[in-house]
Amino acid sequence: MTQVTQLFSPDTARVDLLLIKDMVAPNTRVLDVGCGDGTLLRMLTEERGVDARGMELSQRGVNDCVAKGLSVIQGDADFDLADYPDDSFDYVILSQTLQATRNPRRVLEQMLRIGKRAIVSFPNFGYWRIRLQIMFAGRMPITENLPLAWYETPNIHFCTIRDFVALVDEVDAQIDRAVALNSSGAPLRVSAPWWVWNLFGEQAVFVLERRA
Amino acid sequence: MTEIEPLKAGHAARREADAPHSLVLRLPADKPLMMDAGIALAPLTIAYQTYGTLNADKTNAILVCHALTGDQHVANTHPLTGKPGWWEIMVGPGKPIDTDRYFIICSNVLGGCLGTTGPASTNPATGQLFGLGMPMVTIRDMVRAQALLVDHLGIDKLFCVIGGSMGGMQVLQWVASYPDRVFCAIPIATAPRHSSQNIAFNEVGRQAVMADPDWANGRYFELGQNPTKGLAVARMAAHITYLSDEALHRKFGRKLQNKTAPTFSFDADFQIESYLRHQGSTFVERFDANSYLYLTRAMDYFDLAEDYEGSLARAFKGTKTRFCLVSFTSDWLFPTSASRAIVHALNANSASVSFVEIDTDKGHDAFLLDVPEMFATTSGFIESSARAFGLKEAKSA
Repeated sequence: MTQVTQLFSPDTARVDLLLIKDMVAPNTRVLDVGCGDGTLLRMLTEERGVDARGMELSQRGVNDCVAKGLSVIQGDADFDLADYPDDSFDYVILSQTLQATRNPRRVLEQMLRIGKRAIVSFPNFGYWRIRLQIMFAGRMPITENLPLAWYETPNIHFCTIRDFVALVDEVDAQIDRAVALNSSGAPLRVSAPWWVWNLFGEQAVFVLERRA
Repeated sequence: MTEIEPLKAGHAARREADAPHSLVLRLPADKPLMMDAGIALAPLTIAYQTYGTLNADKTNAILVCHALTGDQHVANTHPLTGKPGWWEIMVGPGKPIDTDRYFIICSNVLGGCLGTTGPASTNPATGQLFGLGMPMVTIRDMVRAQALLVDHLGIDKLFCVIGGSMGGMQVLQWVASYPDRVFCAIPIATAPRHSSQNIAFNEVGRQAVMADPDWANGRYFELGQNPTKGLAVARMAAHITYLSDEALHRKFGRKLQNKTAPTFSFDADFQIESYLRHQGSTFVERFDANSYLYLTRAMDYFDLAEDYEGSLARAFKGTKTRFCLVSFTSDWLFPTSASRAIVHALNANSASVSFVEIDTDKGHDAFLLDVPEMFATTSGFIESSARAFGLKEAKSA
C-alpha cells in the first residue's frame, strides 16, 4: 500500500477521486483506505457532509491529514482492516491501491465486511497499450501512469478488469456500479461489453456490495 | 546527640512535599477524595502550575498529565534541580501547546512528592508523615484529584487532556471517567494496561528500594536517613527501559569513560555505566523513595478494560472525544501494539481517532525529546480541534 501519487500521475488520480466522490451518498460514514494526504476525505467532508475516516501507511500522509482536521490512522490495508468491527461504515474506499496490497482478495473481503459497500478503483492491466508493450516489446510495460520498472514498482498484484470481475464473484460480492475510464479520463459507454472495457479502459472504478 | 548533618540527598525533596514552590490547592476536610482503596482521603493538597490565560468562557484549558517521575513543573525552572521544565519542548509560546493561546494546567499526581498529598507529605490530621500509611493510589484516584482541581478552577470542560506514558494512562482514564469533560485527548506512548513485563521491571525497582537498609520499612525520614542507593539502582534499571538498544549504542557504544584502557576493576569504565550512575544519583535528589513505590504500583494496577467487564471498547462507549494517539517505533516499554489496542477499542465505538507511529530510535523517552514529527502531529491535531471546538484563532486580549 502506497500513496496514490506514487502510483499514478496526479491528474488521472484526480479524475478517479472526483468520480468516487460522486458515488458516495451524502451524510454517510466512509473509510478511505490509503487516503494519502486526505484529498478525497476532505472533498467528501466538505462537499458531501460525510463522516470520513482514513487509513494511511505513510507517516507524512497521516500528519498532513491530521493537520487538516481529518481522523486518520496510520495503518496497512493488509493487516489493520481486521481491527474494524463489521458494518461500521457505509462505504470503504480503496483507490489505486488494490494492486499494491499483498493479499488483494483478503483486503476486498475485509472491505466488504467493514462496509455496506466497497468502492475500488485500479489500473486495468488489460488496457490495449499495456497489451501491445508485452506483445511486441516482450517487456513488462511502462506507461505514463505506471512509470516504474517491474523491480521497483509497489504494484505487485496487477489485474485486468475481467480478473477483477471474476474476483468479485469469488468473494460473494455483486457489482452495484462500474465505470471504466479511457486514457483521457472520460468514462466509456455503459452499454459497451466487458471486452471493450477491458481493452479500452485505462482504469476502472467499481462499487460492490455483499451478495444478498 | 549527634550534630545535625547537612541535609542528605532527598531531604530537599522532603521539604518540597510540604511546602512546594508552586500553586497549591488545599481542599477542606469535608471535601474528601474517595479512593479506590475505599478510603476517604482528607484534607487533600494538590500542588499545580498553570501557564497562559484562561479565557472568559473558560474553554481554552489544556490539562497536561505527567509521567512517573515527572511533576507539575512542565515549563518553568525546576525548584530542586534548577533545570528547565520537563516539557518545555512542547509547552510554551508558539509551541504545539501554545501558552499564548491556551491555559495550561499541570498538577503533581496524587502519591507524588512535589506537593500533592503523598507518602512524603505530612498528614494534617496527625501531624505525622504519611509514609506507608498513605492508602494505595490508583490512576483513577490521580484523575479524581485532577478533576477536583479543574472544578476549583471553574472549568466545566477541558479543551484537551494530553500526556505520555503514565500521563497517557491518566488521559485514557479521564475520558473513561469524565466522558463529557474532555473535548480532545492525546495519549502518547502509553497503554490501556500495564503488561507483565512492565510490572516485572517495576517490581525490580521496588525491590531495589526495599533492599536498601536505609529504607527501614518506609520510616527513613523519621530516622534521618534516605534509601538513596536503592532508589538510584531502581532509577538506573528503569532508565534502561526508557531507551532503545540502538539509541544506547549510538550514544555510548562500548566507549570508555575518561580512560583509554579498562581498569580491570568494578569502577565505571564504560560511559554507559557512568551515565546510569549519574542518572541514579541525580534522581534521588528530587524524588522520594516511597513515592516511587506508590506510583509504580499505581501503574501496575492500571487495566482500564478490567473496570468495564474486560472490554476496553466499553470504557469508551459512545465517546464524543476526539483522539490523537502517538507511539514510537523503538519504544519497547509501551509498544505500538498497545496504542493499536486503544485505536481498536475506539474504532469499535466509531470514535473520531487519529493515530501515528513515529519512526525514531529514541525509545520510550522519545515523547520528552526533540521529535519534529510529534510536534507536527500534535500541533496539527490541536489546531484543527480548536477550530472544531470554536476557539478563536487570536489570543484573547
